[in-house]
Amino acid sequence: MINVLTTVLISTGILVLACGVIGILRLPDFYTRMHAAGKTDSLGAVLVAVGFALYNGQSLAFADLLVSAKILFIAVFIFVASPTATHAIMQTAIALGVEPWSKKEEEP
Amino acid sequence: MAKIATFLIMAVVWVVLSGMFDAFHLTLGIICCGLVAHFSHGLLFWGGDAKSWSRGLVRWALYVPSLLWEIVLANIHVIRVVLHPRMLEIIDPQLIRFRTVLERPISKVTLAQSITLTPGTITVDIRGDEFTVHALDRIVAEGCPGAMEERIRKALEEER
Repeated sequence: MINVLTTVLISTGILVLACGVIGILRLPDFYTRMHAAGKTDSLGAVLVAVGFALYNGQSLAFADLLVSAKILFIAVFIFVASPTATHAIMQTAIALGVEPWSKKEEEP
Repeated sequence: MAKIATFLIMAVVWVVLSGMFDAFHLTLGIICCGLVAHFSHGLLFWGGDAKSWSRGLVRWALYVPSLLWEIVLANIHVIRVVLHPRMLEIIDPQLIRFRTVLERPISKVTLAQSITLTPGTITVDIRGDEFTVHALDRIVAEGCPGAMEERIRKALEEER
C-alpha cells in the first residue's frame, strides 16, 4: 500500500519536473521560461521529497522517522526558497533590461 | 514566555536534525537553543500578546491548504501550456503593475510568494506598495491580484 503511494508520488514528481524541463526548452524567452522552471520546481521537488519521506518512514522505527522528518524539512525549505529564487532572478533580469518577449512585436 | 516557547521549538528542531541523544550533543543543543532563544525570540514571536499571535497562527494555518491547492492548479496550468502543440498562440506574456492595500512586510511577502505560486504569474518586484508582476497571458493578468490579497489581509492584518 505504502509502496504504491510512494511510487505514485515520486513518479508524479519526476513527471512534473520533466514537464518543467520541456517548458524551459520550448518557451520563447527568459521570463516565460522562469514560469515553467519556478512552478514545476516547487511542486515536483516536494512530491519527490514527500514520497521519499513516506518510503523511508514506513518501518516506523525511531531513527527512520527522524530521517523522514529531515526530508520533510527539506520539502519546506524548497517551498520557501524556490519562489524567492524566482523573484531574485526575475528582478535581476528586469534591472539588467532583458526585454520580455511579447506577441505584438511578432505581428506584421 | 516567548523565550520559553522559542527555546522549546528550537530544541525540537535540534533533536530532529541532530538525531544524537548522548549527553554531549544534548548539552550542546541546550546551550545553543538557550542563546538563540535569549537573543532572537522577538523574531519568532513578533510583538503583541500570546492570544493575538496564536490567532494569527491559526489563520495562517488555514491559509496554507488553499495555497497548496493553488500551487497544484498553477502546475497543471503551466504543464498544459508547455505541452500544448500551438504553445506560442496561447501565450501572451506581459508585465503588469498594481498597488496593494497590504501594509505589513510579512503580508506583502506572502502575497508575492502566493502570486508566484498561482497559475501564470510571477512577482518581479515590490517597491513600497507597488507590485510588478509578469503574467503568461492576458486573462491571468487581468485576474491579478484577485481574491488572494483579501484572504491574506484577513489572515495577517485584521485587528491591528
